[in-house]
Amino acid sequence: MLEIKNLHASVVDIDDSEILRGIDLTVNKGEVHAIMGPNGSGKSTLVNVLMGRFDYEVTAGDILVNNESILALRPDQRAHLGMFLAFQYPAEIPGVRPWQFLKAALDSKAEANGEEKMSVRTFSKLFDEKVEAVGINPNLVKRSLNEGFSGGEKKRNEMLQLEVLKPTLAVLDETDSGLDVDALRIVAEGVNSMRSPERSFIVVTHYQRLLNYITPDVVHILVNGKIVKAGGAELALEVEKNGYKSYLAAAGANA
Amino acid sequence: MTNQNTISRESDLSGGEYKWGFVTDVETDLAPKGLSEDIVRLISAKKEEPGWLLEWRLRAYRHWVKLNESEGEPDWAMIDYPGIDYQDIYYYAAPKGTNEAPKSLDDVDPEMLATFEKLGIPLQERAALAGVAVDAVFDSVSVATTMEKQLGELGIIFCSFGNAVKNHPELVKKYLGSVVPYTDNFFATLNAAVFTDGSFVYIPPGVKCPIELMTYFRINTEGSGQFERTLIIADEGAYVSYLEGCTAPFRKTSQLHAATVELVALDNSEIKYSTIQNWFPGTPDGEGGVYNFVTKRGRADTDAKISWTQVETGSAITWKYPSVILKGDNSVGEFFSVALANNHQQADTGTKMIHIGKNTKSTIVSKGISAGKGNNTYRGQVQIMPGAENAVNHTQCDSLLVGDECGAHTVPYIEVRNPTARLEHEASTSKVSDDQLFYLMARGLSEEEAHHMIITGWSREVFKELPFEFALEAAQLLKVSLEGAVG
Ligand SMILES: Nc1ncnc2c1ncn2[C@@H]1O[C@H](COP(=O)(O)OP(=O)(O)O)[C@@H](O)[C@H]1O
Ligand SMILES: [Mg+2]
Repeated sequence: MLEIKNLHASVVDIDDSEILRGIDLTVNKGEVHAIMGPNGSGKSTLVNVLMGRFDYEVTAGDILVNNESILALRPDQRAHLGMFLAFQYPAEIPGVRPWQFLKAALDSKAEANGEEKMSVRTFSKLFDEKVEAVGINPNLVKRSLNEGFSGGEKKRNEMLQLEVLKPTLAVLDETDSGLDVDALRIVAEGVNSMRSPERSFIVVTHYQRLLNYITPDVVHILVNGKIVKAGGAELALEVEKNGYKSYLAAAGANA
Repeated sequence: MTNQNTISRESDLSGGEYKWGFVTDVETDLAPKGLSEDIVRLISAKKEEPGWLLEWRLRAYRHWVKLNESEGEPDWAMIDYPGIDYQDIYYYAAPKGTNEAPKSLDDVDPEMLATFEKLGIPLQERAALAGVAVDAVFDSVSVATTMEKQLGELGIIFCSFGNAVKNHPELVKKYLGSVVPYTDNFFATLNAAVFTDGSFVYIPPGVKCPIELMTYFRINTEGSGQFERTLIIADEGAYVSYLEGCTAPFRKTSQLHAATVELVALDNSEIKYSTIQNWFPGTPDGEGGVYNFVTKRGRADTDAKISWTQVETGSAITWKYPSVILKGDNSVGEFFSVALANNHQQADTGTKMIHIGKNTKSTIVSKGISAGKGNNTYRGQVQIMPGAENAVNHTQCDSLLVGDECGAHTVPYIEVRNPTARLEHEASTSKVSDDQLFYLMARGLSEEEAHHMIITGWSREVFKELPFEFALEAAQLLKVSLEGAVG
């Protein structure tokens, strides 16, 4: 499904700004991978580069989705391929209602893939169902997209979009941060209920906590722009106990 | 002294994104170019006007000549354009055969009907279906008004200005110039001298007009000015929602549009006036386009309300300040505006709220979008007169910049002569952020769609004041007008 090969990326227009320093990562269909790492290690940069954010420049390596390079694709084209990023900090868009936005997103995907657009009625029903499922205050989604939403509400809204857009590769960037236990459970239930042999997940998290609810197939430790260790679900527990210190020291020595 | 001219010209649609740039091949009755007392008399004669109206026009003309010799055009606005040669303009251009107002749509030149169809203006049965009554003004002359009869049963008068002069002279005489006197300003004075037609509305006491009234203005003839005059009177306790839309063909020469609109809201009445202004903005390189110098003002009596909503996407130059004189106690004035300046467009627009009565309240929401090399200025005046106890004003001015060669300016004037007044002013300038664009694109929207969604969302406070279909049209217009500036 996804292959990241020796990926190096820097910030556009800033010299010597390499953030990703050779990342290799393969996610097969149906797998759930967790990426853990200390703050500033490059987790968000990695997922933004995956989604094609313009601020970053890939200086070496490749990203393949279904065996084809996606480096030349714009973010919207990547979305149409079935990629999805739940943002760590979702943007606020005044005057745009979540409903309208999500319908437009769904329509653009259908159009790009030559599928029929969902009728307004079917969509409305689906939307209301999902609003309830992820526990967003229905009054909130009548207002502007993410504007005036609390941190937790923004994250729930990301989950709502994930569940409606049904991507084949879903990437969650610290969707668990700042959430109380209830909200955390909703995120986990969302992921677990969507887990299928056809869908892969990358779950970026700073804490092991979320992984109590979602059992990953592989855990990667990202430090200083490199994956320094990969292992099974037990790796997360080890990090929880010992922290990132030993990895930081090793990466620092290499840097 | 008129020449009968057949205007037939290749229309140049290349090089611009403007979709309304076609020229209609209709026979036109043109007076010679230039402005003189004779031309004023000719216009009045063509329209078979009564003596008092000719007198009024001539007083305006003489005043204009004085103004033109002394101070000339007003120069305080932040706009820049080559001088206008007032002797190089046709002041009278009428589709031939409309001298006599058409009795029904069957009398209207089919070419012209086709034009309005092309513009999406429902002139035929569609008007009834869409639930709007339409008055179509082609080169300053009203060519068709729909649903006059149905409205007539409620006592509502909705007709061309010319017909109102013929059939309801007492109303016209009473209110013409009562809100915008012919001495008001250079362009209003010019308009008073040479206006050819426009719309007239009267809503009798206590009547709520059940449908939207709409006027569609279209400039067709090259080198012609358009000077229409609109007068709307809501009698005591009446209500009306009125809309105007405007387009012009693609021309490399500039066209002058100097209109005047007067609203009279008598006690306890309400007038809602919405504009979608999409005059030809000029080519992307700044050639041609309509110079839109418009005077719009309303007077609100006791407990009355006047609300202006405008979406201004067109014109090379927009100079326009729809205003409300809050004369009666408890009267309310509102101004909601989205103005776009793209490419070389210049918009200097805003409002004046003049509080005279007690407990008067005004709200101003102005949204200026600048793109390309466009320049957008909000110019607003809030005046609280000594007798205006407890007046309240809320002003919000937002600017949105698309790209970094454009400009946004805010020029608020505030004059408070009563200490009980409460005024609030909020202003913001924003840019479409990379975070917003990336967020929408990561969900599958193209860069252009993403821009459009962000800009329309940002304009929503104003769009929601428009009747639903027109809000959609306005959003669509913004999209088309921004093509090339984004994506
Ligand atoms: N657009 C950018 N411009 C400059 N520096 C950036 C940019 N994006 C990320 N960085 C820097 O790259 C490093 C990694 O950031 P990030 O990927 O957000 O880390 P994480 O998500 O692991 O906390 C940080 O030092 C951050 O400041
Ligand atoms: Mg991060």
